[in-house]
Amino acid sequence: MKARFMKTALVTALTLCAATSYAKQEVTVYTAFETDILAKYKNAFEQENPDIAIKWVRDSTGIMTAKLLAEKNNPRAEVVWGLAGSSMALLKSEGILKSYTPQGLGELNNALNDPQASQAWFGNDAYFNAICFNDIVAKQLNLPKPTSWDDLTKPIYKGHIAMPNPASSGTGYMQVSAWLQNMGEDSAWKYMQKLDTNIAHYTHSGSKPCVQAGMGEVAIGISMASRGAKLKTQGAPLSLITPKGIGWESEAVGLVKDSDAAKRVVDWSISKNANELYIEMYPVVAHKEVVSEMKNFPNVKQVMAKMDFARMGDERADVLNKWSDKFDSKSEPKS
Amino acid sequence: MSVISMSPPKPSQKPSVLNTLKKLSREQLILLLSLSIVALVLIIFVVAPLWAMLRSSVLDSDGVFVGLANFRHYFESASVWHSLTNTFTLGITVMLVVGSLAFFYAYALTRSCMPYKGLFKVLGMAPILAPSLLPAISLIYLFGTQGVAKEVLLGHSVYGFIGIALGLIFWTFPHALMILSTSLRTSDARLYESARALKMSPFKTFFIVTLPAAKYGLISTLIVIFTLVVCDFGVAKVIGGSYNVLATDIFKQVVGQQNFSMAAVTSLLLLLPALLAFVVDRWVQKKQQNLFDSRSVPYQPSPEPVRDGICFAYCAIISIAVLVVLGMAVYGSLVTFWPWNKALSFNNYNFAEMSTYGWSPFWNSIELASWTALLGTVLIFVGAYSMEKGRDFTPLRRFLQMLSVLPMAVPGMVLGLGYIFFFNDVNNPLNFLYGSMLLLVLNTLIHYYTVGHMTAIAALKQLPAELEASAASIKLPQYKLFWKVTLPVCLPAVFDIGAYLFINALTTTSAVVFLYSTDTIPASVSVLNMDDAGQTGSAAAMAVMIMIAAILAKLTHLLLDKLFEGSTQAWRKR
Repeated sequence: MKARFMKTALVTALTLCAATSYAKQEVTVYTAFETDILAKYKNAFEQENPDIAIKWVRDSTGIMTAKLLAEKNNPRAEVVWGLAGSSMALLKSEGILKSYTPQGLGELNNALNDPQASQAWFGNDAYFNAICFNDIVAKQLNLPKPTSWDDLTKPIYKGHIAMPNPASSGTGYMQVSAWLQNMGEDSAWKYMQKLDTNIAHYTHSGSKPCVQAGMGEVAIGISMASRGAKLKTQGAPLSLITPKGIGWESEAVGLVKDSDAAKRVVDWSISKNANELYIEMYPVVAHKEVVSEMKNFPNVKQVMAKMDFARMGDERADVLNKWSDKFDSKSEPKS
Repeated sequence: MSVISMSPPKPSQKPSVLNTLKKLSREQLILLLSLSIVALVLIIFVVAPLWAMLRSSVLDSDGVFVGLANFRHYFESASVWHSLTNTFTLGITVMLVVGSLAFFYAYALTRSCMPYKGLFKVLGMAPILAPSLLPAISLIYLFGTQGVAKEVLLGHSVYGFIGIALGLIFWTFPHALMILSTSLRTSDARLYESARALKMSPFKTFFIVTLPAAKYGLISTLIVIFTLVVCDFGVAKVIGGSYNVLATDIFKQVVGQQNFSMAAVTSLLLLLPALLAFVVDRWVQKKQQNLFDSRSVPYQPSPEPVRDGICFAYCAIISIAVLVVLGMAVYGSLVTFWPWNKALSFNNYNFAEMSTYGWSPFWNSIELASWTALLGTVLIFVGAYSMEKGRDFTPLRRFLQMLSVLPMAVPGMVLGLGYIFFFNDVNNPLNFLYGSMLLLVLNTLIHYYTVGHMTAIAALKQLPAELEASAASIKLPQYKLFWKVTLPVCLPAVFDIGAYLFINALTTTSAVVFLYSTDTIPASVSVLNMDDAGQTGSAAAMAVMIMIAAILAKLTHLLLDKLFEGSTQAWRKR
């Protein structure tokens, strides 16, 4: 800590001694990145841009989105960095994000970026769902390993599957959205209806189903893949299964205030250097040249669902209402 | 000290106000100042947030007035009725079970001569020292799919009604026990003498004498339990499965969908049973006071082997159940990786490895609890004194006394949500408080204000009124009387309030879950987060740490009581 502080101080001091000395400019960045990595990103950025200081405001994805919407008429944020793609699409349609073409855009994988004209947000990384399958419990119960979404509706899995409630969890909504967009509306609802008979319970958090599969509380959890990978590394007897059409979302960056400093933050956030930091935490990042194999993480690139984030954001309230009416009103968990 | 420095901020424009203030004595000014501070705190931190919430329940997401459309929309959804039915089923079940369990436990403690009463009392009260999530986690270890005793549930899943009910029975038991013990202890021995003289069977005596005497205490208990159950969200979130209740619905609407208008509507619904409970409770409190008067003789139980034996067995069974739940949590926190690696280790306590926050939530909680206890005790006691013993400004004092009991009727989640509406508003000059430790402290303080206030008032009422009169006759200023006599004499009550605030600030989840920021995340919230993230062992470990801190606080409280007993409480013993 002390060393880092000294380093920052030294850099600052050197900057101040430079011929063109000016006061450090502060840029307010709203983010939903995990707390522990914020300092790292800030330091890396400020080392390359000594005249700008990042001021983080951090909250969970849901709260951050709500905050940005609430401040619509009087935005305090200058940059949004590390917020879910569907939220970014919503912010764009509300006119909060300014369209901008950052430097080095060509080096990004376009699948993670704003798909609409006059692009306003750009992917940093992507996170995924997976089916967490507990091998030990499955063996005890004689459950075969499922390989497709349809497998999960087989009667043998009745009462052994947990899934996040999409009304409580973005992860849950991400998967419901992936089904809706890839199976087609009607067949997706029919699928969820069939799956529902096998569900032991819907949880209020996105990682919980994997956690419960990891603990053997259920045999199968449809949940956040990175959580499953971590649990597997810790020693949980899990297999991560990724059938075709797995839900995913990008975390992205966008410009709120049309200033030079803010633009430089956006530029840096999609740079190769930044992506090399993302890859330490996320299995898939936007930059084409940055790839790595995360421990125990399934190869997801081929099975990623086609996702229209704008649609995902637009129809959210309707889908959740419909979902709640169909499945939320069942009171008793089936044992 | 000059008079002007203590007057309200705009004296120069209103010379008449200044003149009025000038006419006040220094004593009156001090009283006015302390009353104003309490009034200001209560208005900003209770009334305003509730008002902001009420307002947003009739606005749509763009802030346009839509009348009752939100309510109509809300009641149209089929899932709402399930949440409502679930909440009430749960509330009534737990209320009845805890009511009867705790009644007989309290009966055994106060009306029998069984051995080890002290130990049973401690064990019966022990669950209050743990956050409500601890029993939930412990129940998963006990009765979950991999649980050590899952056969007990006969194939039923612990996730859902059974889990929430068991968790809440455990957690609300001490609250019931506390009220019922007090109510059973103040019983008139003359009634029992008459019963014996009339050759009434013990069985009949119980129904004709004991039960009616404890009637109001029992009603009060049932109401308190019902409110606690309806408003708790931690247990339902961890072990509730798909069993939706109103409290988890609010969480779902805020965190899952950022639908604040709907959350406000649900909150108002949650406010209703709590308000009703509150009104009934006030009524009961008023009735109960007349039961025991100066001619009553306190009941002293005499040994009766059969009754004492049954009482002992009963208390032993419940105490063992409490120990099993607490013990399972401690065991779970020591298991390296449940259920695959059951080797015991302290790995889960290595929070720096397990979560991004490390040990900071624990220290945040200690900081939160300390500030809440410190600020809260001063504010509550000085406030209660000014309201109860003040000699002027009667209308203001009456108004404040009414305001002081309001926080009890507001469920923690509703209060927390109200704070979001009020303090997260960009146009609010107090917006800077949002996310700060100070706001957490004030929120917790307010959430538990009423019980502290009642304790203070009860202690102050015990002081003879002549004290104030004689002080006035020798022209001793009231603040000197307060400092020299009232405070020392009421020291036990002050310690009670401090300990109560400290322990509750450690264990509370419901209100703070919406208000913390990354720098101020409290331990109870981190239990919830770690449990979500799959570090169930660490979640249990943090819950155990909270419990240890609470036990230490309780011991300190007892020690302080002993330390000051000789010098301040000798007058009570005649």
